[in-house]
Amino acid sequence: MGGVALRVEALSRAMEGLVYNFFNLEVLLKVHPLLLKGLRMTLQLCLLVVPLGIAGGLVVAVAYSFHVRWLNWLLIAYIDLFRSFPPLVLLILVFYGLPFLGVEVPSLVAVLLAFLLNTASYYGEIFRAGIESIGRGQREAARSTGLSGLQAMVYVVLPQAVRNVLPDLISNTLEVIKFTALASVVALPELLRMGRVAQGLTYNPTPLIAAALIYLALLWPIVRLLSRLERRTMAKR
Amino acid sequence: MDRIAANFFDLDVMAKYLPSIIDGVWVTIHLAVFIVLAGIALGFVLAVARAFQIRPVNWLIVLVVDVFRALPPIVIVIVFYFALPFVGISMSGFVVAWLSLTLVLASFAEEIFWTGILSVDRGQWEAARSTGLGFLQTLRDVVLPQAVRLTIPPLTNRTIVITKSTAIASVVAVPEILTHASAAQAFSANTTPLTMAAIAYLVIFLPLVVLSRWVESRFGWKR
Amino acid sequence: MLDLKGVRKSFGAIEALKGIDLAVTRQELVFIIGPSGSGKSTLLRCCNRLEEPTAGRVIIDGVDILSPRVDINEMRRHIGMVFQSFNLYPHLTALGNVTLALRRVLKLPRNEANERGRAALDGVGLAERADAWPNELSGGQQQRVAIARALALQPKVMLFDEPTSALDPELVGGVLDVMRRMRETGMTMLVVSHEMGFAREAADRVLFMDEGEVVEEGAPARIFESPEHARTREFLRRVTGP
Ligand SMILES: Nc1ncnc2c1ncn2[C@@H]1O[C@H](COP(=O)(O)OP(=O)(O)OP(=O)(O)O)[C@@H](O)[C@H]1O
Ligand SMILES: [Mg+2]
Repeated sequence: MGGVALRVEALSRAMEGLVYNFFNLEVLLKVHPLLLKGLRMTLQLCLLVVPLGIAGGLVVAVAYSFHVRWLNWLLIAYIDLFRSFPPLVLLILVFYGLPFLGVEVPSLVAVLLAFLLNTASYYGEIFRAGIESIGRGQREAARSTGLSGLQAMVYVVLPQAVRNVLPDLISNTLEVIKFTALASVVALPELLRMGRVAQGLTYNPTPLIAAALIYLALLWPIVRLLSRLERRTMAKR
Repeated sequence: MDRIAANFFDLDVMAKYLPSIIDGVWVTIHLAVFIVLAGIALGFVLAVARAFQIRPVNWLIVLVVDVFRALPPIVIVIVFYFALPFVGISMSGFVVAWLSLTLVLASFAEEIFWTGILSVDRGQWEAARSTGLGFLQTLRDVVLPQAVRLTIPPLTNRTIVITKSTAIASVVAVPEILTHASAAQAFSANTTPLTMAAIAYLVIFLPLVVLSRWVESRFGWKR
Repeated sequence: MLDLKGVRKSFGAIEALKGIDLAVTRQELVFIIGPSGSGKSTLLRCCNRLEEPTAGRVIIDGVDILSPRVDINEMRRHIGMVFQSFNLYPHLTALGNVTLALRRVLKLPRNEANERGRAALDGVGLAERADAWPNELSGGQQQRVAIARALALQPKVMLFDEPTSALDPELVGGVLDVMRRMRETGMTMLVVSHEMGFAREAADRVLFMDEGEVVEEGAPARIFESPEHARTREFLRRVTGP
């Protein structure tokens, strides 16, 4: 009997410890302005990096679609080069490297530049594969009705290409959003960084757990959506 | 131009820090290999477990897999390293990085394998079962060989992305490439060690990226 | 040989089979016709428990295969099935397709399985294509491999679900030839098909199914020339044309 009571007590103490350390409302109330500030920065980063990356990727892919040999070599080299660098390495290189070049930019700009280089290469590869998946006939049909090359690309090829690679696009967007957390390493005050700062202030990891939960709330819907989409496309192959 | 040479390609600095960068390369490779082996194996096991369609088990698998696909890996690493000790779970930086990224890779791999299993035509199951093969035999001899083939391109790409993110281990002081490079950069007040790190990653990962292109053209899309 | 007693099957609200009674005797070839959605496939699939009947009994060679004590995998090898879409394993050669169950279910050693597999392929006229991959074979050849895959297990009954529907017209003959030869060697067969000519010439009995029921049955000549039911007449008029 005593043994059981002891074990129950130990368990409840462990639970208490868990709640105190990970789900401490008092701490959360104190630091939530910090977390919100971080969240705002994270969202801001996403709203900048994702559209910029998509735009950069489109430029790369459309340029590739002209099939100019030397240009395509260059584009593939760019894509593969930046697909080989860990984004964190790129970030640190750009962030600490730019000042050495005598270029003084706000840290946000350095972060954006690093992410853009990386992100555009991934989006570029996805769009490129999408465009390649559309038969030459589509473009020829469009050209035969008098559309210009660019018009054929924008109105005929790209819409189909995007549909074909939609899961990959969404999947990459998910990755890009996750990348923004790397900016914490160079002290950009985004969500993860603020979680760490708040943990330091309160000597309690609740803010960190809260930051993780915010990421989860933000990204889980995308993950679910992806599962559905991927299942559909893979079944078609 | 001089400025670039002096700050990014300083030969003296390069010579001085080359050994430590190479040490880092070995750590990165070790970490990556352990992650790939454990992650893919675990993902495979989870996908096969999911094929049994036991409700509560499947819910659990989906939940775990979703969480590790949704969270940024650096968040997972930091939570494991800086939050778990508060509830009495302490692990070294290497173990934290290995465990975090293994769970991430396993989650993506599970999803990829599972999608592969689902995409094998129902007729294949039925044909096999109609000749008297059992569930496990059908899974092993008929479904998985077809599913795995389908999963090779996405799995290759995902594996590269995740092993690349071993650079994150630098935030928990694992002595891998980036850690050595950052330290060297601080000591020498010169960006050259970071350039070296970038080149080191290039040497490791560029062949893999090129390989993934080949894999894509070999296994992708056709059937 | 194959006895169905009051077999019912519902998919949620849909009643696909509304109590089917059917007795196929040894060496008999029973032919099933009927409009799309009438439950023909469901009936066949209940015979080897690819679908679990909601009610009724399925007895094969004296064994109630719905009984929980029956080892269904052991039973299934006695019940060959041929599918409309062939369902060959694309990662195995023709011979590999035929020998998989021989090795895994009958546990034959590899060389013995190969021997038996080659004999089965020879039986469908494909001995020389044993090492071909499914995608290198024509539809008709694929379907013959699928038949060999079932035959190699020496089943007591063979179920055919529209075996020629997915084939180009000029390939149908080869598959029907194989089925004709099986009939001559005394195989018990239950065939769902739209090949009325084959039914006329080879079937012992024709069943007409509609909306989950057997509407009428009889000798082929009787069913085709003087159907009793309006529904049968209507169906035959539509498939044979005016
Ligand atoms: N797995 C299933 N789930 C739900 N309904 C089903 C399922 N399989 C069959 N049905 C339904 O059962 C009925 C009979 O289907 P069945 O496939 O047996 O018809 P059929 O006679 O073989 O038709 P067809 O000539 O088109 O092959 C149909 O209404 C069909 O929609
Ligand atoms: Mg059918």
